[in-house]
Amino acid sequence: MTTGREYEGLMAETVTMKGHDGDEIIAYLARPLGAGPYPGVIVLHHMPGWDDATKEITRKFAHYGYIGIDPNLHFREGPGAPDDVAAVSRAAGGVPDDRCVGDVEGAMRHLRSLPYCNGKIGIIGFCSGGRQVYLSVGRIADLDAAVDCWGGRVIASADQLTEQQPVAPIDLTANIQAPLLGIFGNEDQSPTPEDVNATEEELKKHGKTYEFHRYDGAGHGFFAVDRPGYRPVQATEAWGEVWKWFDRYLKTD
Amino acid sequence: MCTWIIEKAEMYGSGKGADGWFRLKQANVYYDHPYDAPLDHALIIDFVADPTKPGNRVAVEISADSARRLIKSIEIALGTGVEAHAADLTPAG
Repeated sequence: MTTGREYEGLMAETVTMKGHDGDEIIAYLARPLGAGPYPGVIVLHHMPGWDDATKEITRKFAHYGYIGIDPNLHFREGPGAPDDVAAVSRAAGGVPDDRCVGDVEGAMRHLRSLPYCNGKIGIIGFCSGGRQVYLSVGRIADLDAAVDCWGGRVIASADQLTEQQPVAPIDLTANIQAPLLGIFGNEDQSPTPEDVNATEEELKKHGKTYEFHRYDGAGHGFFAVDRPGYRPVQATEAWGEVWKWFDRYLKTD
Repeated sequence: MCTWIIEKAEMYGSGKGADGWFRLKQANVYYDHPYDAPLDHALIIDFVADPTKPGNRVAVEISADSARRLIKSIEIALGTGVEAHAADLTPAG
């Protein structure tokens, strides 16, 4: 039981970590100021870049007792401002899936190497980052929990596959090991409610551990407090589901 | 949605970026979450010299309504200008 007098503190800073192919890349890391041990959560930014909103969410994880790490998935397109390197990445067809998975594996290793980490690692991503969450849990066996927030193009037709994104993440469903939480707005156009239903059917078919939460009156990106699509009631409920999920699967004390 | 799908248009002309004027080669046009504008989605145009380099870029993020007004204004300005002056086309070669 809390007394309201407990010490609270966190620190957040940029760190270097080894990503795909051993490349040294930059990440934003936030952690509680305590001995721990704390679980880690990899926070994937969306296509527009390694932005303030994702860093704020990374700090939010530290506030809730996790070590958050937000790798800059566009680091190799730099140096440059996050929005400028995102523009380069976009012009080149987006973050290559193999490189993203390599960077996620690197972030996972980095977290597990920290003396104050309990070894349990989760992953959360938003928008294209949500798709990358599904991709990552389909290709990385030792992630312990995952949250896909409205990842579009988890289901992709053949003509939507590209050199950088050659496989639809839904086709990796059989390999998923991590319990998966999905957060979706029923007014979203990508993924549509039909896409979400089809993804759920695939998870059921393969007997995966998952929960999907769908919110009426919410569209795409309804956690974004600085955009008109912010839905405070739905976002607050959904954040509650995120904490319950990660607490259940990642916290060991 | 976040999309990496963009429309590309070859450009001839100049843009003024953070480091001054530069020759434009390409405009990348897409509709996605903006980086700065407080909108869920925006029509975004990156005027660039070299799409592989993050340096010089002239970027705009505008609402869909703004984009439609811009299209109309460009058409009107272009029509009026071409009537008054000979059309300046992209130099050959």
